[in-house]
Amino acid sequence: MNHMQLAKVIGDVVVTRKDEALHGIKLMVLQPLAPDGSAIGRTLVAVDAVGAGVGETVFFVRGKEASFPFYPTEVPTDAGIVGIVDQVDVPRT
Amino acid sequence: MILARIVGTVVATRKDPRLVSSKLLVARPMDPHGKAEGNYLVAIDTVDAGVGETVLIVSGSSARMASGMKDCPVDAAIVGIVDTVEVAAGD
Repeated sequence: MNHMQLAKVIGDVVVTRKDEALHGIKLMVLQPLAPDGSAIGRTLVAVDAVGAGVGETVFFVRGKEASFPFYPTEVPTDAGIVGIVDQVDVPRT
Repeated sequence: MILARIVGTVVATRKDPRLVSSKLLVARPMDPHGKAEGNYLVAIDTVDAGVGETVLIVSGSSARMASGMKDCPVDAAIVGIVDTVEVAAGD
């Protein structure tokens, strides 16, 4: 469960009143994807460390590691976008 | 992190000393469209949320990174009050 995953950014969340360490950080709604591009699992909210936009395919980490891109600020998050996917190639087995 | 709606409060007199004066709320997770999904959970409130509000909840060890929660026995913390959720058409 705690590995890097592919997801599609399907939306964003506006939060005015929030933990101070979250100020200035973009919050996106993600739909996790299977390698074939189909939706799999529940949607979630993730912080964005790479400037991703709605409609893009990204990869994200779960757990405390999601806050590492913002070090030394301790951002209270359990999910974070760490890369924008150009291409996924999964040969059929 | 997950979106959830606050549905109630929890009063606990006898508790871990590090939780004294922390507010506990009952939350129901929901999808970005507002539909309830999954099980109810109890979360520590760090942003003064109230019943009926939509909030952002951080789970697991990351919950301890919420303001004032360092070294507290907590695995779910409310870290934001949601104004709006915008989802692309068709998703």
